[in-house]
Amino acid sequence: MAGADRPLSPHLQVYRLPLTALLSITHRLTGVGLALGALGLVAWLAAAAAGPAWFATAGAIMGSTLGRIVMFGFAWALFYHLSNGIRHLFWDAGFGLELGAARLSGLIVVAVSLIGAIVAVGLGCALAGGAS
Amino acid sequence: MSAHSGNSLKTRLGRVRGLGAAKEGAAHWWAQRLTALALVPLMLWLVVSLVALAGAPHGVVVAWVKGPVTAVLLVALIAALFHHLQLGLQVVVEDYVHTEWRKLALIIVIKFAAVLAALTGILSVLRIALGA
Repeated sequence: MAGADRPLSPHLQVYRLPLTALLSITHRLTGVGLALGALGLVAWLAAAAAGPAWFATAGAIMGSTLGRIVMFGFAWALFYHLSNGIRHLFWDAGFGLELGAARLSGLIVVAVSLIGAIVAVGLGCALAGGAS
Repeated sequence: MSAHSGNSLKTRLGRVRGLGAAKEGAAHWWAQRLTALALVPLMLWLVVSLVALAGAPHGVVVAWVKGPVTAVLLVALIAALFHHLQLGLQVVVEDYVHTEWRKLALIIVIKFAAVLAALTGILSVLRIALGA
């Protein structure tokens, strides 16, 4: 397999990925990250079911500075994977596959993911206040 | 044809069945899209709900889960989310892990873990929703 005398494509160490390719691998990376986020959601629900003491602990972790940074990461990954997933569904239906359209929809995905994460976490932090 | 025609209980048909490319790919692909479609409104609802609940005390979150619609949507979300997630992680493993037994072991671990996590989440929701 390795060293086979045939053209290889694209050689990732020397090939500058176009935007669409960069967005594609980011979709996969955010998907793997969000799998961890799903475990976080389950942990939060389990803490709520376990009672006020466990729930307070979960709240303190999420409300800490590191917790808020992680929540922002999950929020960005979620908005990215969600909007890019919708982009993929349109492709599956046969729409938006032209180069220009794929590039434009990719830029929209990046914008939506950033705006969504900033608005969601910003509102969440404002509502939670400076508590804990 | 194969050299070893005897010395096995397997018929000639049984020996070749499943060796082609066409297996359960279409069902996997379809399930990935269906769960994605379901998760678009469910995740948007979850994000809006979690932002509104940011910093809320235990009693408020419990009352939210106990709502007539919330528990159903949460259970649906957890089921769709973990089904979607294990389908996606399976593809990632299949793409990057090339040692057959390692690939199989990882996929089995992922699928079992996804089922356990989903059951934990669903049971937590039910404990709150049906609890006193």
